[in-house]
Amino acid sequence: MNTEIFSLPLKRLTTAKMKSAKELLLSIWDFYRDGFRNMTWGRPLIWLILLKIFILFAILRLFFFKPAMRGLTDEQKSELVGAHLTEKTLSHTDTLTFN
Amino acid sequence: MDVVIWSRIQFAMTAAYHWLFVPLTLGLALVMAVMETLYVVKKDPFWKKTAQFWIKLFAINFAVGIATGIILEFEFGTNWSNYSWFVGDMFGAPLAIEGILAFFMEATFFAVMFFGWEKVSPKFHLASTWLTGIGATISAYWILVANGWMQNPVGTTFNPDTVRSEMASAAAFWEVVTNPVAVSKFFHSVTSGWVTGGVFVVGVSAWYLLKGREKHFALKSILVGGLVGLAGSAAVMLSGDASGIHAAEFQPMKLAAAEGLEDGGKGAAFTIVPGIKVPHMLSLLATHDWNGYVPGINDILRGYTDNDGNVIPSVADKMAMGRTALDALATYRANRDTNPEVAAAAKAVLNANVQYMGYGHLEKPEDVIPPVGVVFWAFRFMVGLGMLLALVLLLTVWFAWKGKLEGYRWLLWTAIWCIPLVYICGQSGWIVAEVGRQPWTIQGLLPVNVAISSLSAGAVKTTFFVFLAVFALFLVIEIRIMLRAIRKGPEVEPGNA
Repeated sequence: MNTEIFSLPLKRLTTAKMKSAKELLLSIWDFYRDGFRNMTWGRPLIWLILLKIFILFAILRLFFFKPAMRGLTDEQKSELVGAHLTEKTLSHTDTLTFN
Repeated sequence: MDVVIWSRIQFAMTAAYHWLFVPLTLGLALVMAVMETLYVVKKDPFWKKTAQFWIKLFAINFAVGIATGIILEFEFGTNWSNYSWFVGDMFGAPLAIEGILAFFMEATFFAVMFFGWEKVSPKFHLASTWLTGIGATISAYWILVANGWMQNPVGTTFNPDTVRSEMASAAAFWEVVTNPVAVSKFFHSVTSGWVTGGVFVVGVSAWYLLKGREKHFALKSILVGGLVGLAGSAAVMLSGDASGIHAAEFQPMKLAAAEGLEDGGKGAAFTIVPGIKVPHMLSLLATHDWNGYVPGINDILRGYTDNDGNVIPSVADKMAMGRTALDALATYRANRDTNPEVAAAAKAVLNANVQYMGYGHLEKPEDVIPPVGVVFWAFRFMVGLGMLLALVLLLTVWFAWKGKLEGYRWLLWTAIWCIPLVYICGQSGWIVAEVGRQPWTIQGLLPVNVAISSLSAGAVKTTFFVFLAVFALFLVIEIRIMLRAIRKGPEVEPGNA
């Protein structure tokens, strides 16, 4: 059986889809490129956003926000938080029975 | 001050800073969408230029406000790591949906709105403007689902193995999403944003009228902005009523603190200010019943019977049950691998008392009382300013409609002064909501002193002042850019301004 007759339309369809997807991506790229190029009053806002994102992620996040449980496994985190939750109450366990 | 206080101050500052930008985003989004709709429907270029001016101010606010909420999420991991682990998916899921779905929707259509005036059709641009606002609103919903869960932790199962709160089923997720506290907070917060947007537009337009500039533009903006603000005011009152009912049901101590109510009872009076009371009004607001029972601070400490006949235990009893739960948790975790029978019995005890687990961390019953003076006065600022803002909006819209507004210069000045007042009003609302629920990070389950990470107060203090400096810098930059844009004014067609 000649499968060519099935694969050809499929191939054409796929090519057409790829072409249209490529065109779509290019038009989105053009949209943003032209938008940024033609900005007037918006230009300082973009710089402001970039500056802020730099301060947030490259300075504050890196040097000031170190997650307290970084590097621990989930099991270790459970142990740690479990210990924090129950540490003040360990004295009570002697007075209660659970069976 | 200890690490808990410094961490709370730092979080409060970050949240308050974030809330400077959010309400204006929500409110201006609606105003500019209505204006652009008028342009598309009427095909009048005046409305295009008017919408473009307010979109410009929206963009400035958006640019400075963007990513300020991220800092709150950083703080969860750094300062509130016990809390972050304990809440598990209950908090992470709504925030993830917010980030993936709503924020990207908002950001995508913002770009079309920002760059697309000459690139897409007017109707597509209009749809993008509406969708920017809708994206911001959906974003707010998911944030408030997370916040609402902290105030009323529904749909959760505590897992003693992982020490996390978990959603056991799809039904539990639905319960979290439709949490009545989250729903009423959403409507209250979003519609208060409409008030902020309306007051901002009216105030800026009033400045133009006082300067004798852009009269047509200013009067039309006042009509649109004022009506959006008035719609917001009406909706805020309705959703505020729902918030009051929910506070009475789920957080009675917050309500008692907001009222400064030491001893409650049936037919409770509402205190306008100390010494001036409206008989029965508190019962009506809190229960929708003229003679409904509203517990006071002392009643909550002692225990009481609510309007449905449920006996609410005293705080001392809740503390005893909470300690039993914590003891059971410790026993379960100590025995789960070595003594399954003891572990199973302990787990049963834990499950029976888990709803009061947080009370086990308290040292004395009075620890459940939030700072009453702060909550009491913040509530009065919120309500009083909200009523003043509604009145000013009503008067400016009325006189603008009648074509007499320019003759009332005192009203124009008042409208300008309402811009800072609307921010104080919104911040006061959050103080009521967040200070009023102290000492809980999660109502009844986790107090703030256990939710905290093992940090030194000095480390938190240092970062507090670093953030304060960074936030202040960006705020000054925003105000300067915003004022410059306002001074420059709208570039309207000749003959329209």
